[in-house]
Amino acid sequence: MNIIVCLKQVPDTETQISIAADGKSISTDNIKWVMNPYDEYAVEEALQIREKFGGEVTIVGVGPKRVTESIRTALAMGADKGILVDDQAIVGNDSLGTARVLTAVIKDLDYDIILCGKQGVDDDYGIVGSMLAEFLDIPQISIAVKLDISEDGSKVTVNREVEGGTFVIEAPLPALVTAQKGLNEPRYASLPGIMKAKKKPLDVKAIADLGLDAGSVGEAGAKIEIKEITLPKPRQAGKIVEGETPQEKAANLAKFLHEEAKIL
Amino acid sequence: MDFSLSMEHDILRKSVRDFAEKEIKPVARELDDKEEFSYDTMKAMADLGLFGMFVSDKYGGQGMDYVSYIIATEEIARIDGSHAATVAAGNSLGIGPLYYYGNEDQKNKYLPKACRGESLWAFGLTEPNAGSDAGHSQTTAELIGDEWVINGSKIFITNASTDISEGIIALCKTGNRENGHPELTSIIVEKGTPGLETRVMHGKLMWRASNTSEIYFEDCRVPKENLLGPVGNGFHQMLATLDGGRLSIGAMGLGGAQGAYDLAIKYAKERTQFGKTISSFQVNAFKLADMATEIECARLILYKACWLRDNEKPFGKYAAMAKLYCSEVMGRCVDHAVQLHGGYGLMKEYDVERFYRDHKLLEIGEGTSEVQRIVISRLINAV
Ligand SMILES: Cc1cc2nc3c(=O)[nH]c(=O)nc-3n(C[C@H](O)[C@H](O)[C@H](O)COP(=O)(O)OP(=O)(O)OC[C@H]3O[C@@H](n4cnc5c(N)ncnc54)[C@H](O)[C@@H]3O)c2cc1C
Repeated sequence: MNIIVCLKQVPDTETQISIAADGKSISTDNIKWVMNPYDEYAVEEALQIREKFGGEVTIVGVGPKRVTESIRTALAMGADKGILVDDQAIVGNDSLGTARVLTAVIKDLDYDIILCGKQGVDDDYGIVGSMLAEFLDIPQISIAVKLDISEDGSKVTVNREVEGGTFVIEAPLPALVTAQKGLNEPRYASLPGIMKAKKKPLDVKAIADLGLDAGSVGEAGAKIEIKEITLPKPRQAGKIVEGETPQEKAANLAKFLHEEAKIL
Repeated sequence: MDFSLSMEHDILRKSVRDFAEKEIKPVARELDDKEEFSYDTMKAMADLGLFGMFVSDKYGGQGMDYVSYIIATEEIARIDGSHAATVAAGNSLGIGPLYYYGNEDQKNKYLPKACRGESLWAFGLTEPNAGSDAGHSQTTAELIGDEWVINGSKIFITNASTDISEGIIALCKTGNRENGHPELTSIIVEKGTPGLETRVMHGKLMWRASNTSEIYFEDCRVPKENLLGPVGNGFHQMLATLDGGRLSIGAMGLGGAQGAYDLAIKYAKERTQFGKTISSFQVNAFKLADMATEIECARLILYKACWLRDNEKPFGKYAAMAKLYCSEVMGRCVDHAVQLHGGYGLMKEYDVERFYRDHKLLEIGEGTSEVQRIVISRLINAV
């Protein structure tokens, strides 16, 4: 069973984000980049599928050279090979642009299942997986918390949680599934794994290698434009309601809610 | 000049950091409290590949450079000193001498299992009457027929009496040199050898979840082949092993300092008094600035020492400097970190309390700070 995992690199969730001078992007000066956490579930699931069915796990990433580190991390976890599309033309990709690039890479590969994270934790669009499945004309099931492939490898069954219940969804392979937290516990890149990953193949491709028109991706091909990014308002300091007794505190709280907060 | 680490070093750091935060942090406080060596975390660390990091893959090691080993130890120490001690002693003091001085048979026999972390080896140097003066070991080994007969005792030996401890490399006196100094020789003593007894030492201030033992040899007989390297090579082996070991103690100082700093800055930015975060008071912000600066210096000297070692250049002076500096930086950092936590920093519920205690060993083990100063002063020809 050949498995493809699409991987995005995102700022570490502990990074303090600041907005760049243009007001439309984030400042990348002090960012620590990591593999998108949802993609870690996708990588882990891919490795588990391979452990059961055999085959190969290929990691596909789109972005600048630094993304190599996240792809190598996936290789250190156990994936077999990596492909990175790094090209000046993809700068400014919206989700559609990314999906187009991924499609161009993946359409010629031999795959049974494609796994993506359910969304990137940076811009949270959550649509690249769906677009990619659409371009490849294969079924897609999003936000999986459980994934099973039939013994004969012909279909995939996925659990998807919704408010108060669970959908059990099935699709024939090849299909695309996006991973949600809870799907599995991603393994660590082990030290022997890190050494082995050094020797695994990682191809770097340009837009021209993929036969893509540079105008269809990056800023030139984007269908949406970010106008402005703003940070949430800093949280106001809390207020402690004073009072000698619980009764007095409750009365003061009611008074505050009524007179100052004006919600009673 | 190039200060950058490789991509593999970065991946390694992130992986070990995530591991330590998720697998060790949740249990560290309780293990410390119960003074318990955990076989679960030992296995998890072994599965991650934390044993045999610098050993060639020919013997089941990871074949990584020394910087990698030091980064991994640093990241474990950033979360817990006891676990870092198990890793540092396991690699530098247990696996190290077997790898560097063992013959092919010994390496093939012991290393693969040790590198899988299924066994632990200990290095028995210190004795009740030979601490800093480890060259005056009183434990004797006498060759009688085809066997070494060992008598004496060792104290404070890390990893010697866990359920998976497989043996001890014992520094023994095998005679006298012409100059009157004792002739020292390393001998491999497998666990279970009659006449060998190990006793766990309890009641430690620090490294409470690490295994420390007293060892007794009473007419303990081991085959002649258990000699590690040539007769009389023990003192040289000890010095070389300690040079490497000092880098790992340095890593524990650096990692511990970083861990204390991370706890301190987080706390200081959350805790408010007088209507402001305590980190906004200049006296506290300056403490954090001092910590950050010293940690950076500690990292530079330690990595430089590793770089020298990886590039086969003399590194002994830098190893002593790094061990001395990193452990003292941790001392200053844990002091500031507890101070910033106020009363809470004195409570076991706060991890910083454990860092404060765990630090003290670093100025004592593998050569006290005084001994490091003696070593450095000799190497700079001051005396
Ligand atoms: C938890 C733990 C784990 C350990 N693990 C191991 C291990 O795995 N293997 C092993 O072999 N040992 C181990 N040790 C032993 C450790 O290395 C010794 O404790 C250390 O070398 C100091 O020896 P000592 O305790 O006998 O102190 P002493 O040598 O008695 O020193 C007492 C004091 O005198 C000072 N001093 C001594 N000589 C001089 C001098 N010439 N000039 C100035 N000051 C001097 C010292 O600096 C110190 O302050 C461990 C110790 C501990 C506590």
